[in-house]
Amino acid sequence: MARAVLNQADISRALTRISHEILESNRGSSNLVILGIPTRGVYLARRIAETIARIESHVDAPPAGALDVTMYRDDLTRTRTRTPQPTELPPGGIDGKTVVLVDDVLYSGRTIRAAFDALSDLGRARAVRLAVLVDRGHREFPIRADFVGKNLPSSARERVNVRLHEIDGDDAVTIDEGEE
Amino acid sequence: MNERFLINGATLPGGERADLLLDGGVIAEVGSIADAAGATVIDADGLIALPGLVDLHTHLREPGYEQSETVLTGTQAAAAGGFTAVFAMANTFPVADTAGVVEQEASLGRAAGYATVQPIGAVTVGLKGEQLAELGAMARSRANVRVFSDDGFCVSDPLLMRRALEYVKAFDGVIAQHAQEPRLTEGAQMNEGALSGELGLTGWPAVAEESIIARDVLLAEHVRSRLHICHVSTAGSVEVIRWAKARGIDVTAEVTPHHLLLTEDLIAGYDPRFKVNPPLRRSEDVEALRAALADGTIDIVATDHAPHPVEAKESEWQAAANGMVGLESALAVVHAAMVETGLMTWADVARVLSSAPARIGGLRGHGEALAAGAAPELTLYDPSAAAEFDLDRLAGRSTNSPYLGRRLPGRVVATFHGGYPTFLDGAVRPADEVARNAASAQGVSHG
Amino acid sequence: MRHLLSTRELSREEAIELLDIAEDMAAVQEREVKKLPTLRGKTVVNLFFEDSTRTRISFEAAAKRLSADVINFSAKGSSVSKGESLKDTAQTLQAMGADGVVIRHHASGAPFTLATSGWIDAGVVNAGDGTHEHPTQALLDAFTMRRRLHGAASRGRGLDGVRVVIVGDVLHSRVARSNVWLLATLGAEVELVAPPTLVPVDTSTWPAVVGYDLDAALRRAPDVVMMLRIQAERMHAAFFPNSREYARTWGLDDARFDALPPSTMVMHPGPMNRGLEIAARAADSQQSTVREQVANGVSVRMAALYLLMSGDRGEA
Repeated sequence: MARAVLNQADISRALTRISHEILESNRGSSNLVILGIPTRGVYLARRIAETIARIESHVDAPPAGALDVTMYRDDLTRTRTRTPQPTELPPGGIDGKTVVLVDDVLYSGRTIRAAFDALSDLGRARAVRLAVLVDRGHREFPIRADFVGKNLPSSARERVNVRLHEIDGDDAVTIDEGEE
Repeated sequence: MNERFLINGATLPGGERADLLLDGGVIAEVGSIADAAGATVIDADGLIALPGLVDLHTHLREPGYEQSETVLTGTQAAAAGGFTAVFAMANTFPVADTAGVVEQEASLGRAAGYATVQPIGAVTVGLKGEQLAELGAMARSRANVRVFSDDGFCVSDPLLMRRALEYVKAFDGVIAQHAQEPRLTEGAQMNEGALSGELGLTGWPAVAEESIIARDVLLAEHVRSRLHICHVSTAGSVEVIRWAKARGIDVTAEVTPHHLLLTEDLIAGYDPRFKVNPPLRRSEDVEALRAALADGTIDIVATDHAPHPVEAKESEWQAAANGMVGLESALAVVHAAMVETGLMTWADVARVLSSAPARIGGLRGHGEALAAGAAPELTLYDPSAAAEFDLDRLAGRSTNSPYLGRRLPGRVVATFHGGYPTFLDGAVRPADEVARNAASAQGVSHG
Repeated sequence: MRHLLSTRELSREEAIELLDIAEDMAAVQEREVKKLPTLRGKTVVNLFFEDSTRTRISFEAAAKRLSADVINFSAKGSSVSKGESLKDTAQTLQAMGADGVVIRHHASGAPFTLATSGWIDAGVVNAGDGTHEHPTQALLDAFTMRRRLHGAASRGRGLDGVRVVIVGDVLHSRVARSNVWLLATLGAEVELVAPPTLVPVDTSTWPAVVGYDLDAALRRAPDVVMMLRIQAERMHAAFFPNSREYARTWGLDDARFDALPPSTMVMHPGPMNRGLEIAARAADSQQSTVREQVANGVSVRMAALYLLMSGDRGEA
């Protein structure tokens, strides 16, 4: 049975808070690049960029893009073949920028480790931050998110599902009891 | 001295049930035999008794290619397949194109004792298609050669073919033609058609066989000689032969078991076990060949047993050798292709696998109906022992059978040659026992 | 994907996925750092029984840009007998720990035999076998067509309704075979134009129409004209009277090229016989994709190697 954890309003509030925190830590929106990790991170990144633009109405929205990490993963021969997604960088690239990586769920940290490698092949960011909608713990790498929508302690057997209306038709975060 | 065998309750080719008593050099009695003192009794209930099978087309590989097969191992394979006589093709090394080679071949067969080995002589020196071999010397030799063939190669020169057909009339010989127009089949890898185009394999067009058969039946008519066509493989060839026979031309023809059962579709996986010459054809060809065998247009089934060592088949398609072993599986394949389909009876099987090939090859003491006084050449076949064909069924030196892993409807249970068993209870009899029995039998009646 | 042996076995979804991944690979080729760590620690063997510097270099670049180790194994001229060499070579590669084998062989079906014989565990890519198939060439051709037609919006698309005329020695062309199957799978309409001697006797199972009249085919203003190479040895085997007659009847000469709409792509798998099957003007025109085909070859081969060598090799 799926158990609802966040509804649409919760998600919206979490993203608004994250946007404020990003602005605060960056002291404004200059030199920001928001890069989402496919699939759902890309849509979260766009929403965050739009939210920042609403908050800082006097400046342009920070550029948002996509950073695919498939080719940098360390588990490529352990699971089914993954289909890579496009990487889309804003026209100015990432050199000298503060890059905020956005993902839906932070778990082992392996995806973010791959993202660091992918990012370094694309240029030299001034700083890299991490924003996630849900942090469910169980880290396998010394990685910590700078901006967290919701801390969600979970069992390794459970599955955390993030649904976004751009893909899934509605916004929700649910937890499934993992089947054994 | 000679062991006597009482075969109890076998089903004869005509369908009647009978006991058979083998006594030394003869079938002593056929019928209801109550008393046969001292005879070894073989329970043949449910088994079909056929006259010992005769293969007009076997490659024994000795001399020269003993890594593939020898006269001993090839005739053991024959025994396991129910054969009591094999005609040994001439493409050995040296080629069987002189009296010396054919006599050696025959004597190796006699010494082994598993089957009568009747050598086939080459038509041309070294199978090169340039100059007639010493056909007369081979005919007059102790090997008594009557069938001549360059099998593996076509006698493609029309003038040379005409001369060969004419020349063998002097001693009632027959030319067995491997019908393959060489220019039309340069580099050929499989039947030419839609599939060869898809697979990118050079095609072996049906017309390359049919055009040679057409030419040769006309030559045979012109010089009034006797022609035999090896391994007919296409529907078009059947039509040409049917026409020739209707015209009264003295032509006979054989089809292989594999051309009666297998089709070119098997090649889609490039498995070299299915590489053979002539190649596997379309299902339309298989249907036409079955019909032709059933109506007598094609006279006999001959195996074209072609052993090859493992390395000759463990390779890419193009580099692999042509050929399949066929002696051990022939009867079960004919059962599947012709009897199970209702096209032929067991009496027909006895004709196409025994009496007719013996007659075409001029071989005495084989192919006789199972009756008192007949030669003691006999095969017992279990038509209800359907099973997957596996390596245990192969008795020769090579394993290049296309049937491994395929279900075949029955199996040979026993083979008697010269009155003694060469294959019994599903196993080849030991070589020393068979050789001893052969020597003893040849002492009684000369073989 | 376990192996890439022919385009015939590719579904539309698989083909489009491979082309889409090739788009990602092409994007990597435009970066400053052109290398990906994806196949780090893996070994790709280029096993070439037939010379083809162009194809070998393309696969080598693809493997290296994915960080694989590359071993070039030229089996041509080896003294091992033909039949034994494929098995023996395969077992050598297995002992060396090859994860992927790119094989070019003069015998049709040799990659299939290598992949299915049980001699090796590695994934096998057919880099051209006899007169059978050359799947990565067809994939790069399709990739090139899709990019020319749809540019940045190529992802996810097939080639539905695209009209392609393939001209030349279809009988001996593995490029033609692979293209026929792949283009049809992607929804294109394929017409083969050749002298009747250079078409297989029976193409009834091919998803293509066959014609002998190049001018008639070109009058229908196809989207793509693909010229096949005429091998020198065909000229001495009575397939056509001589090269002059061939060029006049089936070559893309200046007059034929000038009559084409400017939107028609001119493709050639290379190497070209200028003046025989294709005139210099057509080969060097803006409509010619010959140079793009070379660049795209690396991207497509990267995609193929990625699909073969990532993922759990135990899965079917």
